[in-house]
Amino acid sequence: MSDTTRILLDFDGDRRDVHAYEQAGGYASLRKALGMEPGDVVAQVDGSGLRGRGGAGFPTGRKASFLPKDKKPAYLCVNADESEPGTFKDREIMLRNPHALIEGVLIMSFAIGATSAFIYIRGEYRTEFEVLRRALEDARSRGYVGLNVLGSGYNATVVLHRGAGAYICGEETALLSSLEGERGQPRSKPPFPAVAGLYAAPTLVNNVETLASVPFILEMGAEAYAALGTERSKGTRVFSLSGNVRRPGNYELPLTSTLRDLIEGHGGGAPEGRTIKAIIPGGSSTPILLPDQLDTGIDYESIAAAGSMAGSGAIVVIDDRTCMVQLALRVAEFYKHESCGKCTPCREGTRWGVDIIRRIEMGEAAQGDLDLLLNVCDRILGKCLCPLGDAMAMPVASYVTRFREEFQRHIDEGGCPFTDSSPIASLYHEHVEVPA
Amino acid sequence: MSDPATEQTLAGARETRPQMPAPARDAAPEKPLRERILDVMALYPDSRSAIIPALRLAQDEFGWLSTEAFEAVADATGFTPALAKSVASFYDMFRLTPVGTHEICVCTNVSCALVGAGDTLRELERQLGIHAGQTTPDGAFTLRTVECYGGCGWGPVVSVDERYHEPCGPDQVAGILAELRGEPA
Repeated sequence: MSDTTRILLDFDGDRRDVHAYEQAGGYASLRKALGMEPGDVVAQVDGSGLRGRGGAGFPTGRKASFLPKDKKPAYLCVNADESEPGTFKDREIMLRNPHALIEGVLIMSFAIGATSAFIYIRGEYRTEFEVLRRALEDARSRGYVGLNVLGSGYNATVVLHRGAGAYICGEETALLSSLEGERGQPRSKPPFPAVAGLYAAPTLVNNVETLASVPFILEMGAEAYAALGTERSKGTRVFSLSGNVRRPGNYELPLTSTLRDLIEGHGGGAPEGRTIKAIIPGGSSTPILLPDQLDTGIDYESIAAAGSMAGSGAIVVIDDRTCMVQLALRVAEFYKHESCGKCTPCREGTRWGVDIIRRIEMGEAAQGDLDLLLNVCDRILGKCLCPLGDAMAMPVASYVTRFREEFQRHIDEGGCPFTDSSPIASLYHEHVEVPA
Repeated sequence: MSDPATEQTLAGARETRPQMPAPARDAAPEKPLRERILDVMALYPDSRSAIIPALRLAQDEFGWLSTEAFEAVADATGFTPALAKSVASFYDMFRLTPVGTHEICVCTNVSCALVGAGDTLRELERQLGIHAGQTTPDGAFTLRTVECYGGCGWGPVVSVDERYHEPCGPDQVAGILAELRGEPA
């Protein structure tokens, strides 16, 4: 399959204007869906092999099929709380192709018989919120949203809801708590949202990119979508490439591509004169890969086989200037800050993690601290209500395991050997004098 | 800007970042705060869902979530000020203390840190004469570090009054501050 096949970002500039979107064939899939049986729409999505693009990679059609058919009301919630560090793809989709998201929302709402859809967009995305609000107004004025959509008798309500800054709200049950006006703490599963979600009603929660892919599937057919990809990872995916590369940005690629295609082919590789030291393959919560793994496929299975996770599709390149202890500290500090405090291994473990890594970086660590750090990670892994604790433990343990000598050097030399070169160093070792 | 490798990455980011539409003007609200909160409550099957939007409206009105702001939210929604406060304290974007006229937030998460967010932060500290987490004595600027703002490929991300500057290297700091102070560039 051609490397240039794109579904979500297959054009220059943007399609914020509803007429531009319609001229490109937009909203024809909604019309088509409204003429089908809702169950057949779910079957189309299922047949395409589309998997959730938020992080977990669960088959979208199957997830939709879990909702009981006869229980009303039912809700669709759009997870636009893109917050996994390294990930900025949903933002570009909303900015450049907001109607693809809205059309996908309407199709899936119809397919599950939802009475209302809620788009939960992270509070920081103010420009994106304004773009979506405008696009929704346009869609409403064109008869795609509201009562009796396109004369079909289907009524579609879409509410745009802004978050207020909390990473954990990207976890689907925390998102529902937040949408209900509570602190964004995750809930025990089961019951799963499909059975008891928003306001205890059956609820489908889907990521922005997932839903924005649905119009193409309805338009071209499940087979056409499935043809773009591997045996188990179908379609295209938007990869967010950041860190130390020449051309960072979002790149939509078929899932037959490799990390090398993305990082070297599209991203131009490490900046001139630098070499790649490590690769974060699926957002900051995923275990790190080494440059000799660049030929790994970017599909879900290949990255899992390489010892990590495809996660949110965020690939962060780390070059040879970087101190891995500083990187671990930054990652751990983030998850400590975002831990909601509900369960002990995460609340306490992320704090312990930060304290130990900070000691190592600042030259205050004891010889036993590396094993203690791995021990703390182990006491978090798989022992929390939601994946946030693991999101610190998995990458940190992988940095220690794969760069053990570098961590050990910090302990043996009583501090960081990379304070002059590492781009992260100024955060930890530079202090600006200010007037009292 | 020091490191040529970082320079190269920022140049690449300028090419791949999509054009953003101009910010919508913050029009003066036509209705009193209470009525705007009631309008938002009507959007949801359960009015408690409106509490975060209501807190945002109150924060925009009062500048921060003062006692008066919480009381205004409670008065309109029918929930207690304590409940409103317990919700607000969970979320980073709610201000539980007063802030300066302009709020400058520097993302220091992994991707931004790898392309020199620390250098941008230190330059802001130097030029403002305050540390992150502080407000200038004249009340004009509050400087904060924040976690991932979702501009990872176009970082370092600096948000000024909720608008992103991407990428924002240390050499852009002077221009941003001059503009905020109303000085000629």
